[in-house]
Amino acid sequence: MTDKRCTEDEAVAELRDGMTVGLGGWASRRKPMSVVRAILRSGVRDLTVVSYGGPDVGLLCASGRVRKLVYGFVSLDTIPLEPHFRAARQAGSLAELEELDEGMLQWGLYAASLRLPFLPTRAGLGSDVMTVNPRLRTVRSPYDDSEELVAMPALELDAAFVHLNRADARGNAQFLGPDLYFDDLFLGAASTRRFVSCEQIVATADLGSASFLTMRVNRSMVDGVIEAPGGAHFTSCEPDYGRDEAFQRAYASAAADPEAWPAFRARFLDGSEADYLAAVQAWRDSEGKS
Amino acid sequence: MSELADVCVVALAEAFRGDGEIFASGMGTIPMLAARLARATFEPDLLVSDGEAFFIDGDLPLGATDKAIEGWIPFRSVFDTLWSGRRHVIMGASQIDREGNQNISNIGPWHRPKAQLLGVRGAPGNTVNHVTSYFVPNHSTRVFVERVDMVSGVGYARAAAAGGWIAAHHEIRRVVTNKAVLDFEGPDHAPRLRSVHPGVSADDVIASTGFPLVVADDVPVSRSPSTEEGGALARLDPNGLRHREVKA
Repeated sequence: MTDKRCTEDEAVAELRDGMTVGLGGWASRRKPMSVVRAILRSGVRDLTVVSYGGPDVGLLCASGRVRKLVYGFVSLDTIPLEPHFRAARQAGSLAELEELDEGMLQWGLYAASLRLPFLPTRAGLGSDVMTVNPRLRTVRSPYDDSEELVAMPALELDAAFVHLNRADARGNAQFLGPDLYFDDLFLGAASTRRFVSCEQIVATADLGSASFLTMRVNRSMVDGVIEAPGGAHFTSCEPDYGRDEAFQRAYASAAADPEAWPAFRARFLDGSEADYLAAVQAWRDSEGKS
Repeated sequence: MSELADVCVVALAEAFRGDGEIFASGMGTIPMLAARLARATFEPDLLVSDGEAFFIDGDLPLGATDKAIEGWIPFRSVFDTLWSGRRHVIMGASQIDREGNQNISNIGPWHRPKAQLLGVRGAPGNTVNHVTSYFVPNHSTRVFVERVDMVSGVGYARAAAAGGWIAAHHEIRRVVTNKAVLDFEGPDHAPRLRSVHPGVSADDVIASTGFPLVVADDVPVSRSPSTEEGGALARLDPNGLRHREVKA
């Protein structure tokens, strides 16, 4: 049996400039943040990023590595607006944008995972999503209703990264929180370079200690497994940990202030993942939040 | 006289009247409280969520985590439910225009906005699939504009242009603000002043709205909570979080 264990840096080393990368999770919930931090350390550029956006999108935008963004929103949940994303949009620094209804994004990933060119939907019709995305086409129902629908094109990914609670070394993985979000579809929308990071790698038999309903990712969907305890920090990873609201506030306040950001980046993001976790612990100690 | 937040919550709860067994979904403190209030009082068959991934059973006070649940509603099921039409959502709005188009995406040109906001989120799909209402805590001509900068939620003219199915399923039921209740029940879905909140004049609302409103000679006053609703509000929002969300 194949042992698919690897590190964030090994996974990110498979990325090439100009690739389309999907990031799982939702806003500031269960984001593959340790992988995002590894991308920040890498030299890869001109990425197309597909995401239900949170700080993953903000950090990648701030680092200048994103050429195109495919998104329905970018938000930190408890802090509604993402400062880095706002700054990038307002500076016009993203070369290309595809702003979609949340459901269209799901449909695009689902179409890719089913190897279909598109899936029909009404979401988008009548809205300016159709105006700002000239590549979107409509299709007419071939049945008696002959209704005109959006043909949401498949969003094919060159690489996909999701963060789940548990996995085995072969790539079977499970979510233990309240929502899978669309992580299985992100993995499905890529045909290779499909990575699951997880809080803990466990023996296959241990996956059965939670309900079988949590086992939504099987090993045929996964090429690499990264053990990353705290890998979603500072986003939530229920039930292992909630969102680190205090740290998120510190992030958002630094991200909104171009003079404060370089110091935040140097303190937390310029080193390895171990350096990051140690710097967060030191920050907690200094804030009296240990 | 009732406090403003109570009037807003009751007016939004009224938007769910008659909805029956559907998902009453509210984005933000006051809309979420409105769904819970409607369910706790006059619309008991509504399904309401904890704002995360569960349908809650019985009254759940805002901010409380010790909840009884009656179902699971992760995001994928939310999308399935909204496409089925069995949902009525109350969203926020950074801009609304006379046709009922709503914008939460950006202010200024989309290609390089003056202010980037959330993005369109689920507004395009919501509005063409099921009933949508809006809550605007800051009624002003900055929000109620002649034409929104980016159509996130679809209004009446665009819904009609998008075809018969969408026109038949599209409804912007209410827009509740800190001053008044608006709807689109004027001629040809023209925006109408449905009621003014206690102490607010129709002229104030007209001056704070960047497009003409259909205004009756005698505009009703938005109602205050009944005794039963007052009790439910005290139960559902014991810490008065609603009062932080809205100012006159």
